[in-house]
Parts: sequence; C-alpha cells; structure tokens
Amino acid sequence: MSVAISPGTIDVRRVREDFPILDRSVRGGGRLVYLDSAATTQKPLAVLDAERDYYLTSNAAVHRGAHQLAEEATEAFEGARARIADFVGARADDVVFTRNATESLNLMAYAFSNATAKAAHGAPLPPGAERFILREGDEILVTEMEHHANLVPWQEVCSKTGAILRWIPLTPDGRLDLSSLSDLVTDRTRVVSFTQQSNLLGTINPVAPLAQAARAVGALVVLDACQSIPHMPTDVTALGVDAVAWSGHKMLGPTGIGCLWATPETLASMPPFITGGSMIETVTMEASTFAEPPKRFEAGVPMVAQAVGLAAACDYLDALGMGNVAGHEASLTAYALEGIADVPGVTIVGPADLVDRGSAISFTVDGVHPHDVGQVLDSSGIAVRVGHHCAWPGCRAMGVPATTRMSPYIYNDTDDIDDFIQALGRVRQVFGEA
Amino acid sequence: MEDLYQEIILDHYRNPQGRGLREPFQAQVHHVNPTCGDEIDLRVHLEDDNGVMRVADVSYEGQGCSISQASASVMYDSLAGRTLDEALEALGRFQEMVQSKGEIAGDEDTMGDAVAFAGVAKYPARVKCALLPWLAWKDAAMQSMDDVPSMDDVPSMAGVRVEGESNG
Repeated sequence: MSVAISPGTIDVRRVREDFPILDRSVRGGGRLVYLDSAATTQKPLAVLDAERDYYLTSNAAVHRGAHQLAEEATEAFEGARARIADFVGARADDVVFTRNATESLNLMAYAFSNATAKAAHGAPLPPGAERFILREGDEILVTEMEHHANLVPWQEVCSKTGAILRWIPLTPDGRLDLSSLSDLVTDRTRVVSFTQQSNLLGTINPVAPLAQAARAVGALVVLDACQSIPHMPTDVTALGVDAVAWSGHKMLGPTGIGCLWATPETLASMPPFITGGSMIETVTMEASTFAEPPKRFEAGVPMVAQAVGLAAACDYLDALGMGNVAGHEASLTAYALEGIADVPGVTIVGPADLVDRGSAISFTVDGVHPHDVGQVLDSSGIAVRVGHHCAWPGCRAMGVPATTRMSPYIYNDTDDIDDFIQALGRVRQVFGEA
Repeated sequence: MEDLYQEIILDHYRNPQGRGLREPFQAQVHHVNPTCGDEIDLRVHLEDDNGVMRVADVSYEGQGCSISQASASVMYDSLAGRTLDEALEALGRFQEMVQSKGEIAGDEDTMGDAVAFAGVAKYPARVKCALLPWLAWKDAAMQSMDDVPSMDDVPSMAGVRVEGESNG
C-alpha cells in the first residue's frame, strides 16, 4: 500500500493499555480486532473508574435529600453536565440528558406533536411554542441516508399532525443530492433534520448550506451528530443549527446516556416530552407547571453514574486532542480504503475517496451476502457490523439489501486494518466465488 | 466456522431447490428478519389427499444470507410432498435443533440435509436466519388450512392446528 501514514498523532499502543477488553481472545483463541466503533466504542479504564468511584463514594438521588451524599451526587451530576457541555462548546444549561440519541431526537419530534396536540384545544404552551405547532400540509425535510432514529420519529409526527415528510435523495456515490434543494425547502418547511455524518456510508454532510436554506424559510434545524462528535472537534454553537443530538456510548462513554443540545430559546419554547417527577414546577390535582430547561426534559431519577462516566470520556478524548483523533482516523480511513480497493470483488458503498468522509466504511463482496462476510471476518477475530445499519432506506437508495461495515477508532492501528484486509481477501474463497 | 458453513449448506445456497413462486396456492406470506433485512415471500399449496392433508407445494422467493437462503432450499426438500403432520414434525425437529444452543445434533435419518444446520445453533445471531423460511412456511400453512377444499370434512385437522400453534 502506498498511503503515507502521518506519524503518531495518537500512540495507539499506549491507548490500548487503557482498554483491557482489546486483549481478550475470541472464537477459540484468536486476537480480537474490534472494528465496530460506529455501533459502540469500547470504554477506557478512566470511564469505568469514574462510574465506580461515584458509586463507591457519593451515590445518592440527585436534586433532593438533605444529606451530604445527595449534595455530592448533585454536584457530580451537574459537574458532569458542565464538562460534557464544555466538550462541545455549549453552556451547561443548554444540554439535556436522555437515555440515548434516539430519545434526544424523539424529544425534538415530540415537541412538535405535543405542541400541535395541545394547541388544538387551547392547552397552555410555553412562550414561543408557535414554531412547534404544525398544520396539515406543513413539511418536514430529512435525508434518504438517515438512521431510523432520525426518520421514524418524524414519520410519526407526520402521521399525528398531517404534516408531509420530504427527503433529500442520494447521489450514486452516497452523498446528498442537493441539486433540488431549492424545491425541497419551501415556505411550508418547518423542520430540517439530518445527520452530520452517515453511519451507513461515512459521508460527512455540508451542515452550513442546509442550515442556511432551512433558516431562510424559518425552519428549525436539528442535527444528528452521533457519528461526528466522537470523531472531530465540535462547537455546537458554531454550526448554525437549533438542536444537536448525540450519544455517550459512541464516544467512550457508558450506555444509557445521550445528549441533546439546543439553543436556549429553542429549549424554552418546547413543551415537555416524558413527564413525572423532577421536571415540574408546581403540581395540583388539576394541572402542573413545568421546570425550566434542562430539567423540564429530565423526568425521574437521572443517569448520574453514566453522566459521570461520560464526563470522564470527554476528559480522555480531550487529553488525546480531538484534532488528533480526527487526524488518526483520517490516516486509518485512507489506509483502509486503499487496502479494500486492492481486494478483488469488493465494492465500497459510499464515498470511495477521502473528501468529506468519516471512518465508517461500508462495502459489499460480489456473490457473498454481507452477513456471511461478517461471519467469515468474525472467524478471524474481526468484529464488524452487518445488515442495514438502521438505515434501510439508505441501503435501498444505494441498491444493496445490506452491507458489511468496518469502523475504526482511537485504539485501532494499521495492524488491525492489515488483519482485516487479509481476512477480507479470504471471504470469496470460502464461498467458492474466487 | 466450518461448523456453520458446511458443504451441504453451501451447495443448497448455490443451487437452491424449489425456488420461484408457483401456482396454485392458498396462502402467501412475506416474512422479514428486521435486524438484517433478510426477506422471503412464500406460498403454500395444501391438498386433501383422500382425507390426509398434504403439502402439495411450497414455493418461495427471497433474499438474504447463505444461511437463510440455504435453509429455504432445505425446507423445500424437507416439506414439499409430505403430509401436513410429517411436515409439522419436521419443522418441530428443525426448530428444536437450531434453538438448542448446540445440545441437539439432529438425526440425519429423519432430517436429511437439515441436520447440516446443527452448527447454526452455536451462533445465536444466525438462528433467526435459519428459521426465517421455516416459520414463514408455518404461517402460510396455518393460513392455507382455512381454504383447502373439503377441509371441513377432516375432523383430525383441528388437532393439527393446535399442535402447529404450539411450535411458535
């Protein structure tokens, strides 16, 4: 291979010491080569220690209780919020904790369907909620490459309100076809919601022109940043969007925590989503009023330990430097794309060059179903994802029923890619296709 | 991995038996495996053969991995032409084997090529692939029973229906 790898922006050998799981063997003694980080990343000891330390020393229900542990737990939780907000350039009060990015996107979608339902019979709404009230024939614009998490909730909004779902189609190489953008963004467009980086194709989308087109017609802009925030430096306030959703477990953090950032005006004008304890201001038998954001959107006892763990993940990534993370991934992506191109019968699904492309690489193998490709790779200890990647319409648009996807991260090196390429070369032999 | 991709399975994958949707049929079903997108369209034609219900034909079209596609081919070989009772028994044996986590090896004398799927049981993610065509057949067969001519004259069918349901 001829790709020059930029030297050591990340010391992978040192990083791997922080991820003991990478030393385990799989399938009868083989070395584990974990290339499924777009699905979920492994967790460094610092994250596990932070969670454990919280439980060992300060565990209590937050925002209540007149005792020292409750104070410490509240401080740990709100401190974690501030740390995570800082990681993406945001104010702490503008970051809402959710179960996962799917819930973050549902929170935005439900703001529309709930505001519309309440407005229909004059129920009280927060000041500014008019922008969330949909009328029959209003339009919601997404893209054909969306993860189901940023598609199905909007389909549901449409079916509840009579709004119409429209989408930006894909080009054959898996980029957004923006040639008809001016027809798709209309004066009826109320929301434009799209992914910054495709989990299926690796495509990095141009946020600025889409956000500008949306803003020009007064539409709210929602960004799914699940596949971008873990991989590149991000300032959510500089993106020109109204809301950003992402998950903790794809950026070294624990499962069970996601985030939603939105501008203060956006959050303040949204009705609540999940309701119950902790999100109220006053409650009587007749009715309730609701807390200010972010608490308005955090009903029940929250995921304190997971927030503490995610804050530790932010520390870990910042210590590496997100610029270095992006540089390391770009090197691995270049190396992998070139290696894959040399394997006969393998086709990249998505951009085959490095322009506006992340590290998740989907591909197909002639004559072999993606599941079987994944199984053969697994027999060599190589963990990849197979299937439609929760982006079924995107697969259809690309003309494939499914793909196999490899997605490296900070703990992978060119040895891992070499092992992957070598195993990929054996796939067609197993099925008698080569 | 050789446990999983036995030569019999790869043979059925490359040369599927009974593939293609055919007439006549009483019921057609479309089953998917939503986690991976494997799909099958399957038709069943049952006939009342002198009081014995027989699976006159099973026809199918599908797309998916080698396991699901080979399983459809083996299902055709295992079920087409059998009495409904025999076919339900074959389904029961197959399902028991692939869901046994490797405990049940399967009997080649009664199961034929279907025993090659014993290795699938050790790969939990692939069990659904192997079962997809068989469960589609069961669904279609149950639907077909309502539409078989002179069906109502066969008192034993009520019992078969219950037994079939209990497999699901």
